[in-house]
Amino acid sequence: METVGKSFTRVDARGKVTGEAKYTNDLLPKDALQAKVVRSTIANGLVKSIDISEAEKVPGVVKIVTCFDVPDIQFPTAGHPWSVEAAHQDVPDRKLLNTRVRQWGDEIAAVVAEDNVVAERAARLIKVEYEEYEPIVTIEEALAPGATPLHPDLRKDNIFVHTSFKTSPDFDYDEAKKRAIEEYGEENLIEVCDTYRTPRISHCHIETCTSWAYVDTNGKVTVIASTQIPHIMRRVISQALGWPVGKVRVIKPYIGGGFGNKQDVLDEPLNAYLSIVCGGRCVCLELSREECVSQTRTRHACKGVLRGLATKDGVLLAREGDIYTNKGAYASHGHAITGGITTNFKDIMHDRYGCRSDGYSVYTSSAVSGAMRAYGVPQAAFLADSLTDDLCAKGGFDPLKFRMDNCVPPGFVASNGITYYSYSLKECMKRGAEYIHWDEKRREYADQTGPVRRGVGMSIFMYKVGVYPISLETSSARMILNQDGSIQVELSATEIGQGADTVFSQMASETTGITMDKVYIISTQDTDVAPFDTGAYASRQSFVTGKAVKKCALELRARILDYASYMLDRPAEELMIWQNNICEKIHTNETSEVIHPADENDDNPAVKNARKLALGGAYIDNTRNDGSRGESAKYSAWLDGDVKEYDIHDLPNGTAAILRDTGVEKDIVPGEILLSMKDLAENAFYSLDRSEHITAEVTNHCKENTFASGCCFVDLEVDMPLGKVKINNIINVHDSGTLLNPKLAEAQVHGGMVMGLGYALTEELLYSKDGRPLNANLLDFKIPTAMDVPDLHVEFLEMDDPMGPYGNKALGEPPAIPVAPAIRNAILHATGVSMKEIPMTQQKLVAAFKEAGLI
Amino acid sequence: MFDIEQYYEAKSVEDAVRLLSEHEDAEIISGGTDVLVKLREGKGAGGTLVSIHEIPSLHGVRCLPGGTLEIGPATCFTDITNHPLIRRYVPYLGEAVDTVGGPQVRNQGTIGGNVCNGATSADSAATLQTLNAVVVLQGTGGVRRVPVTEFYTGPGRTVRRHDEVCRAIEIAPEDYVGFTGSYMKYGKRAAMEIATLGCCVRVKLDEAGETILDARIGYGVAAPTPIRCRNTEGALAGRRVDDPGIYELIGTGVLDEVNPRSSWRASKEFRLQLISELARRALREAVDRSLNHEAPKTACSDEERR
Repeated sequence: METVGKSFTRVDARGKVTGEAKYTNDLLPKDALQAKVVRSTIANGLVKSIDISEAEKVPGVVKIVTCFDVPDIQFPTAGHPWSVEAAHQDVPDRKLLNTRVRQWGDEIAAVVAEDNVVAERAARLIKVEYEEYEPIVTIEEALAPGATPLHPDLRKDNIFVHTSFKTSPDFDYDEAKKRAIEEYGEENLIEVCDTYRTPRISHCHIETCTSWAYVDTNGKVTVIASTQIPHIMRRVISQALGWPVGKVRVIKPYIGGGFGNKQDVLDEPLNAYLSIVCGGRCVCLELSREECVSQTRTRHACKGVLRGLATKDGVLLAREGDIYTNKGAYASHGHAITGGITTNFKDIMHDRYGCRSDGYSVYTSSAVSGAMRAYGVPQAAFLADSLTDDLCAKGGFDPLKFRMDNCVPPGFVASNGITYYSYSLKECMKRGAEYIHWDEKRREYADQTGPVRRGVGMSIFMYKVGVYPISLETSSARMILNQDGSIQVELSATEIGQGADTVFSQMASETTGITMDKVYIISTQDTDVAPFDTGAYASRQSFVTGKAVKKCALELRARILDYASYMLDRPAEELMIWQNNICEKIHTNETSEVIHPADENDDNPAVKNARKLALGGAYIDNTRNDGSRGESAKYSAWLDGDVKEYDIHDLPNGTAAILRDTGVEKDIVPGEILLSMKDLAENAFYSLDRSEHITAEVTNHCKENTFASGCCFVDLEVDMPLGKVKINNIINVHDSGTLLNPKLAEAQVHGGMVMGLGYALTEELLYSKDGRPLNANLLDFKIPTAMDVPDLHVEFLEMDDPMGPYGNKALGEPPAIPVAPAIRNAILHATGVSMKEIPMTQQKLVAAFKEAGLI
Repeated sequence: MFDIEQYYEAKSVEDAVRLLSEHEDAEIISGGTDVLVKLREGKGAGGTLVSIHEIPSLHGVRCLPGGTLEIGPATCFTDITNHPLIRRYVPYLGEAVDTVGGPQVRNQGTIGGNVCNGATSADSAATLQTLNAVVVLQGTGGVRRVPVTEFYTGPGRTVRRHDEVCRAIEIAPEDYVGFTGSYMKYGKRAAMEIATLGCCVRVKLDEAGETILDARIGYGVAAPTPIRCRNTEGALAGRRVDDPGIYELIGTGVLDEVNPRSSWRASKEFRLQLISELARRALREAVDRSLNHEAPKTACSDEERR
């Protein structure tokens, strides 16, 4: 490929470094009013009355609204595609302002004023009378008999949803254990039963949550917001206000990070409402850092009551888990994340007898949990990989070998049909182990004494790329040719710092043949103009939206070649676009018509076979129209993670062929330059004979998915008397398909690893007994600083995934997954102490080392 | 926008004292790294600020006749760390204030604010305690000199009266000549931290480098105010540095002289563990530095006066 796979500088690098790139509040009109949300000072109860008389007297106050004034409409906030099936719709469980207070800091009133000082002065003067109920901050409190149901209109108790997944319908752990005792004898079994916990944490994106809204002259309420999901936000605002979607417009400029917090609709509907009640004047609602940390969304705290059973020889037989998550006050993303935790816990290992995992999403009177980078899988990985290493420690197994023998196998098909196509998890493990000198260090660090000890640990993960078939995956793209032969690319999968604009530009360039410097991606989304896409979340953009970009680029290319055919009076099939020129197309070999593997109507025998076997199998680069294999075809087959090239006649048994639509015509080279794109475009615009404004716009309904995977290996030392952990060496190895931009990919991994580091050691949101957040600021909520981050090493195993538009698959979220359990397992190796919860703060480590008699 | 009703820029210490006496609600602001954070939280909102930031005499480090080091309270942490007099005579103080926050905070925050806000967690506190530093205060009633060991009256409270401005922090030659020291800050991460615990140990050895003549132990966050551990200091005096027992002595001795509290930030038990362990490590480093001939042999002199 010409452009995809190269480390182009970010298209937004210059603007972001120089400060020219405009973020939401950079665009704020000078006459904007400022809004301040008034928040409850209790965690659970009812607002009886609100006295605003003193507050209204503050000079500069424009409007005060309370929970008694807002429309009586409950709405959902999740950044999910809407479902046309009522049963799958997100749960509407909050109003713009709420009289029923369900968390400390719940939004009960709002002040709009000439400036923020006035708004804050007025807010301090508002008097609220409550009827107070017992705060139920923890999962245990919310599930206790007699606990107040927080949403009695929706649920009889505080269990939002309970699901149960099993590898087979008749699996039962206790039955499996009986069977194991019969088969192996009790003395030949290893069992671990324990409870593991992960904390509630904050995303800590640098740009706070902010928006401003006004009513435009055409009557549309227009909201400029720092969001990942402009089109979803538009729909949610319309639901919250009871206005038609067409009367709502959302504009998303550059944003300073979201990490899933902005994959939810936050205070933007309230902001729209405040503008409307102020006669359409522009109102800005910017949350403080403290509000962002404690009053927006968080990662679900999770408790897993787990059991695992293995033979003395290191064969994993069975596991089960009852997994509870703290949803907080409102549904937000509903049960999706809890479901993700339980599914991933079950699927990452291969239990010979089976596995059961039950998930409970629990409403509590505390901060709302929603989406956060990797959507439940960091929790799942901590549960699964802690249990794995505790089994290894008890059974004396090498954790690497145990995982090699018992992890998710090649060709894995999840119960919902998602298939692990390009499998290189075990290859990743091999690479990581080599880098960290696993065998050598495991031996070297055995039997240490003294206060400072070293250890190596590892963790693995797998991660589904998009949300199909759980949810809709749909994406549109638009391309417009300019008079100079350059193009605009317009999408609604948003740039949120991850580099989406850059790789989409690369894709458009790759497929059209127009060079990167002539591809202008429109970074701002305006829902009145930008084609529909559900936005930036999951690790879907380069996969799902990438397919729309490719489809659109192919269409644009066809239209350009059609016009070239008219100008040059030659058949379009003889022409190609290469580096901004129309060239003669030279065939160096027989080309193939590529066959799409997911097309269920395709009766090509190889494709059918691939679908049937659902194995990683092999894919063929060069296949004839009839599906027969050309003599020049090369085959890559993979079994058990080993990739080998095979001759046509020597395909190993059991492999299936899967054909990938690369979108790139192979074995074609450009010949003579016939016409420049500039001449073509100018002619197309202004020809007196055939004027044609060349554009393309497509929708791609994506019904494909696959898994990415990878691992982390860490070598660390523990200073036990001080509870300090020092990372001496760390590596993430990722199986993320073909890299679109290696430099950006590496940067993605660096950021994710740092998040993992904080998750492992320092980050947790703390609450007082009455539900008040204790550390909702960047001083007391401890994300790692530059001084805390060791040198980070990253490797990739680039195996083309047949499902990805350019062989690519997920990378945005996965880097954050494996670091915490790897550190946890390295501490276990160093000290013999099995930590049951993260973050493994210094205080918790010191307490654990004291209990173990180590200090 | 910050909610500040009135803001005065004092031209001199006398001017600042006058402004403070005229405005009962006034707060002194210098670097602003504490005051503005509190204002943002609504504490003191709508009040009056008197800035001492532009008073030239409050900046810099000087050597006074007789060898006393004088530190201007409006000197920012970065300037203290990098100052030649600090580096030569009390480098551990420079190291201590180099652990405050991050580079931006250290370029802005001042040592006078660090002392006068009365926080037990101030990074200069433990070290200044061991230096017997003197806080020079000027108010409507004139000038008075308060030893830093008598300066604190409780958490966030000091003897400084509303109309008093800290004019200087002084360190006498007998408190630094011949000494080495080590400050150990303990936080949950390597920067942007308020100390979970701060410990400074300083020693003065005999000519031969064999025996401890004088030991000083100072803590931040080991009690509601910064403290010294004088009993343990006394027990260390006269002990040989090659005796491993001195580390056990300091590690256990200090536990009888501290009074840490439990909070959601750290438990008392955890702080006690740190108090003991950090003392051992700081003593070892201070001794190593003495054995490495790092102690200043003389007081600062007239040639160094600026």
